[in-house]
Amino acid sequence: MAARTGLNVVVIGAGPAGVRAAQTLVAAGLRPTVVDEGRRDGGQIYRRQPEGFKRSYETLYGTEAARAEALHGEFDALRARIDYLPETLVWNVGPKAVHLVSGARYQELAFDALIVCSGATDRLMPVPGWHLAGAYSLGGAQVALKSQGCAIGARTVMMGTGPLLYLVAAQYVKAGATVSAVLDTSTFGQRLRALPDLLRMPATLRKGLTLMGALRGAGVPVHRGVTPLAIEGTPEHGVTGVRVKLADGDELRVACDAVALGYHLRSETQLADLAGCAFSFDQAARQWLPEVDEDGRSSVRGVYLAGDGARVRGADAAERAGRLVALAALQDAGAAPSGTPAEAARLRSELARYTRFAQGLRNAFPWPAHFAKALPDHTVVCRCEAITAGELRHVVREMGATEANRAKAFSRVGMGRCQGRFCAHAGAEVIAAEAGVPLEAVGRLRGQAPVKPLTMMVSAATQGVDDAPGRAREAGLTAQTQAQTTAQAQTTTQSAARACTSPQTQHGAPCAKEFSE
Amino acid sequence: MNARFVRVAEAGRPTFDIVIDGRVAQAAEGDTLMVALLAAQDALRDSEFDEGRRAGFCLMGACQDCWVWTAQGERLRACTTPAAPGMSIVTRNSLAGEGVWPHAQG
Repeated sequence: MAARTGLNVVVIGAGPAGVRAAQTLVAAGLRPTVVDEGRRDGGQIYRRQPEGFKRSYETLYGTEAARAEALHGEFDALRARIDYLPETLVWNVGPKAVHLVSGARYQELAFDALIVCSGATDRLMPVPGWHLAGAYSLGGAQVALKSQGCAIGARTVMMGTGPLLYLVAAQYVKAGATVSAVLDTSTFGQRLRALPDLLRMPATLRKGLTLMGALRGAGVPVHRGVTPLAIEGTPEHGVTGVRVKLADGDELRVACDAVALGYHLRSETQLADLAGCAFSFDQAARQWLPEVDEDGRSSVRGVYLAGDGARVRGADAAERAGRLVALAALQDAGAAPSGTPAEAARLRSELARYTRFAQGLRNAFPWPAHFAKALPDHTVVCRCEAITAGELRHVVREMGATEANRAKAFSRVGMGRCQGRFCAHAGAEVIAAEAGVPLEAVGRLRGQAPVKPLTMMVSAATQGVDDAPGRAREAGLTAQTQAQTTAQAQTTTQSAARACTSPQTQHGAPCAKEFSE
Repeated sequence: MNARFVRVAEAGRPTFDIVIDGRVAQAAEGDTLMVALLAAQDALRDSEFDEGRRAGFCLMGACQDCWVWTAQGERLRACTTPAAPGMSIVTRNSLAGEGVWPHAQG
């Protein structure tokens, strides 16, 4: 993997940020390695449909067709000049190496510089019944359509808030799927107040208004300012309807067999965490984010962050952030091409507009933190292990667990298969509300390797490693995968045994630490 | 049993057989295992932690809700695994052979 200049750069993610970062490195004469979990490039936003599918770019990506096509085309052109590892998970990050797994193949890859473009997933607020079969994330509902030509149900309700709420609803309508209602928790007033920031990107704002118009034109009921009450259904057959309180106080029930839920996006920050990056609390976003300078340098020398995984600003911003962060990495290595300062200045000034626009979106479609306090005790917070708000409140109240990791150790909220991706934000809000402390006082869940479940096949695959350090690593991995498999397959409810999904943290602290703090 | 997912595009792809809980179902070329299963029935698996059925959530490999068991005892993440001819998937705890699907306790 040695680059011509000797600088060995690993890029994680082949979405808009990762592709542009790789392209910038190639243009400077490097041969970066691009590691991506997806089968094909494009990330989630420009996810490519399987080979052999026939829908056009216009059908798949609408107003973003040209951007998607450009990104795919330019990545195709890069393929011979990079080392591309698709369908490969980075499950841990060490000081100067990433740990990879692809199918049954385990690999450790050294880097001089690491560019993490890990993207974002839906930000979720629980609602009673969201664990029923037929409840999906909004992003998931979009993947079903974009990547597989499917709707998640025969009659779908879209609920939550954020640009994706309207985008996915409009895409479903356009594809001929039935959208029974769009239920938005934010209000028209919030939208109006956000207008000065939203007007920083008038063309994007116009696209959003067009989507809303398309839904009105199709006769889809759209309600704003709703409070979700419950997703109704049966344990055996899943979702049968959604109940909300409307802005005027009336209750509305919409019959449906699927619900797509989401409250805008959250950065996927676990790899930055494992890399040792410092985090700070972003008051406006109400979340902990890795610290980055204007160009995407993290607090760890040689580790760079770009795209929605660092700050949720959308795909267009991610393309620019990917370029900018690659220039920063080149500059730090003394390998920047001529013209870099001017190019970097231009990218920074463009990104400033996206930052303002993102702030506008946050205010127009705010995270409904106050819902957490009102969740009935029986509401499932952790979907992985069906742990309720009442159980989480109990450990806060009765065991004094007002810190996120402590509450996780006692309640297991955040310890399941998803590693807190879909419960940690709301869980922290529940803890803060119950303890009567500000959200930042709850802290954040520490990242744990492996960031996603590994299988026993991986431990078998490591048997081929034969050098001494490799043997040590192999043993560690085997122990980890066995513990993981135990935790995830046996599913006994001995929480102490199950808690040990990973016997070693990144820094070598034993899992038991969870119980001693 | 009713399908959960509704195919709205990419019709006419060649199909092949997979087995779900011992019954033969049709998958289409390019389907993920998750789509193949949910185009035939309304859930992917039993929950180990409550009495309900589960049908996946994020479809992008983040939530880990869609891991299913093969009849041979292998685990597959259905949203990121392409469906393949001859796959045999067990979605019900009660139908799994001894040792295939560990049973929840307490």
